[in-house]
Amino acid sequence: MPRSTPPWEVERKTIAKTEDETDPKYGHKPEERPAEEYVRYGVINLDKPAGPTSHEVAAWVKRILNIKQVGHGGTLEA
Amino acid sequence: MTGVLPITLEESRKVVQALLYSGKEYICLMKLHGKATEERVKEVLKEFENTIYQRPPLRASVKRRLRTRKIYYNEFLEMDGRNVLFKVGCEGGTYIRKLCFDIGEVLGCGAHMQELRRTRAGPFTENEGIVTLHEVAYWFMEWQEKKNEEILKRFIQPMENSLKLIPKIHVRDSAVDAICHGASLTAPGVLSLETGIEASSMVAILTLKGEAVALAKALASTKEILRMNHGIVAKTERVLMPRGTYPKCWKSGEI
Repeated sequence: MPRSTPPWEVERKTIAKTEDETDPKYGHKPEERPAEEYVRYGVINLDKPAGPTSHEVAAWVKRILNIKQVGHGGTLEA
Repeated sequence: MTGVLPITLEESRKVVQALLYSGKEYICLMKLHGKATEERVKEVLKEFENTIYQRPPLRASVKRRLRTRKIYYNEFLEMDGRNVLFKVGCEGGTYIRKLCFDIGEVLGCGAHMQELRRTRAGPFTENEGIVTLHEVAYWFMEWQEKKNEEILKRFIQPMENSLKLIPKIHVRDSAVDAICHGASLTAPGVLSLETGIEASSMVAILTLKGEAVALAKALASTKEILRMNHGIVAKTERVLMPRGTYPKCWKSGEI
């Protein structure tokens, strides 16, 4: 059976179809979002400590940052 | 168990779907319950590559029915007595505890998972931009004190970074708001796209500024999309950008 390629080893190229410009009046480059928006559209690459569950860790982040909603990408057991 | 756990804040929780889909990598310490030669362990690790069958363990968050998972690689690292250290690259939803148990069964001596560290979750790795809980608490306090945005960037990344492994389609400003309202992406809106898109693949729709607009399901391949002048290219599944960020550029039908 052929080895399947992990998603992180897949190489992709960008191909242009047509050209256009974007109006600086609307939106922001992701790294230039105003602070409050930057947080709301943010992700933390967290190094989970051993012991607490993924849910507990996510809840701590929620409390530290004083925000309403957090989620996590894939449970890592306690 | 430690390692990479991407935490999505507020609005960015909508990209979790993309993260769950992008594969994981772990370093695992497996403890054998009896003697086995290094050669045999290496052999069995190879047997558990490609598609494996796995029944989720008793304590699992999904229905316990036999399912298949892809193991991209099982890389033997070292062995000391009954301790085996190996690296596994796998599809999301693979239970490593179960993998160790099953490897033990095939070896004949039995085995269990002793320690586990996740080294990758989709595009996020332990080598790049990873922070501890302490750092999050510390940098957030610093930010509140100094209000310097550079501090936020030390521990928070834009949600777009979660989409790195998913093929992307960049669209015109004029197509953005319709997609935010749930419309499908049509060919004239497409400015550029990445190779490797197949009909039914998950794609990320982005603006020219690089902001995520939505996750969508492609209805045609990269090649086909490049040739299309009209028609639907991708069906919007999860809108990531709030409506009204870009101007509304479509005509509403008469009521």
